[in-house]
Amino acid sequence: MDSGHTAWMLVASALVFFMTPGLAFFYGGLVRAKNLVNTIMLSFMSIAVVSIVWVLWGFSFTFTDGGALNDYIGNFTTNFGLSGIDVNDGGDYPALVDVIFQMMFAIITPALITGAFAERFKFTTYLIFLVVWITLVYSPICHWVWGGGWLGGDGLGALDFAGGTVIHINAGIAAVAAAILVGKRRNPGLQPNNVPYVVLGAAILWFGWFGFNAGSQLAADGIAASAFLVTNTAAATAALTWGIISQIKTGKMGAVGVATGAVAGLVAITPAAGFVGIWGALAIGLGAGIICFFAVEFIHSTGLDDALDVFAVHGIGGIWGAIATGIFAAEAIGGTPGLIEGNAEQVGIQAIGVIATLIYSGVVTFIILFILDKIPGLGLRSEESDEDLGLDLAAHGEQATVRDGAD
Amino acid sequence: MLKIEAIFRPERVNAVSSALLEVGVTGFHYQNVTGQGQQAGVEVVTGRGGHTTTRSAVSKTLLVSVVADDKKDEVVEAIVSATRSGEIGDGKIFVTPVSDAIRVRTGESGDTAI
Repeated sequence: MDSGHTAWMLVASALVFFMTPGLAFFYGGLVRAKNLVNTIMLSFMSIAVVSIVWVLWGFSFTFTDGGALNDYIGNFTTNFGLSGIDVNDGGDYPALVDVIFQMMFAIITPALITGAFAERFKFTTYLIFLVVWITLVYSPICHWVWGGGWLGGDGLGALDFAGGTVIHINAGIAAVAAAILVGKRRNPGLQPNNVPYVVLGAAILWFGWFGFNAGSQLAADGIAASAFLVTNTAAATAALTWGIISQIKTGKMGAVGVATGAVAGLVAITPAAGFVGIWGALAIGLGAGIICFFAVEFIHSTGLDDALDVFAVHGIGGIWGAIATGIFAAEAIGGTPGLIEGNAEQVGIQAIGVIATLIYSGVVTFIILFILDKIPGLGLRSEESDEDLGLDLAAHGEQATVRDGAD
Repeated sequence: MLKIEAIFRPERVNAVSSALLEVGVTGFHYQNVTGQGQQAGVEVVTGRGGHTTTRSAVSKTLLVSVVADDKKDEVVEAIVSATRSGEIGDGKIFVTPVSDAIRVRTGESGDTAI
């Protein structure tokens, strides 16, 4: 084992972990003050629930050989409870590092979806949704791409360096299914309750994304450094692009818009991080800023209440990133040429990955939520009176800030 | 006794408190409020920076003081001189009668309690 690789991967895992609390603040700042605690809790509880699912069966189901079904899913029992993984197992780094690093990706993915149903989802149902969704949606798609399934390097050869398909397109389309089933908020707010939280959350996401993307090289080497750099470049480009469009359109450059642009850029560079250079990153960031900005506008015009724009930013940003990876991939960096280097076929392979993920995640998420909605005692939607009061008090008995001086 | 409620630009609060002290008014309280007057609200950016909308959320300070009847003109003049810029948004002053005041510490009431 190599201590350098091991040390970097442990640090990268902690960086990816920190993205979920960052997301909690990013989303928390965007909602109304009466739902701030609830929105933060939706992300935070994903850490608590998915961590347990992952060490019990999630890792095994995703990353072991599924035998006859290996194209689609791993084996539920091979590493159940991490049985069969010895602390001394591993190659460049311990096998347990794979468990840890991949766990952080599984944690943030359903947390991303929560933006779609923020301010109105029934909290107890959400906890059950987490268990079911990780098992039936996340594990299969992750297996397709990284677990030896049909879509990734052992199959069709779709490029997804750090999870544009597995995490972002997956969460983005699941968000659409959730927004449709849970319905519109009774009274959507106009303004975020805390813009500094939004920017703080985006900054933590950006910081954590260095572990997400550079860590996905699974080694402390030159590609990891390149992935780190292009990640930063794309995020900066998209943030600036978004801000400029906003300035032209409204006469002001809002911090919420710029922070959202940064996240869109981070999403878009995710699948490409180990395959493109800085010119690719600049193009991907520029595209993400423009495409996701107008995707937000478009989704709003449809009346779908994807409350925190999960599909427009993660879904559309992820799709742009997946296709752009096929366009801008540089053979000298990641070993696979893209469209610009004459390999038009790669764009088609990327598109297959996108479409398969959209269909599978969209349909299965819809079915899961549809069933949860029908089970007595569960249901998706908060009581109307709870929604009006705010879910902080209704679901958690807490307020984000208590302003009176009483003891 | 009269209750003076003055709504003015938040950045004028120090000037108002100085002006009140100069005319011998030592007791008042104030808070941050939002609302709208002739400017009909404030423009805010909504969504993710793609739109603007108008909200009744112009920030103002609301200051309340209770003064003796014969101090009215002096106090109003002090507040006006500390807050007037001549532009829309300078604020309003409301004057209402107060039937009594009680000082909690001593139990005194009426003008001596304010």
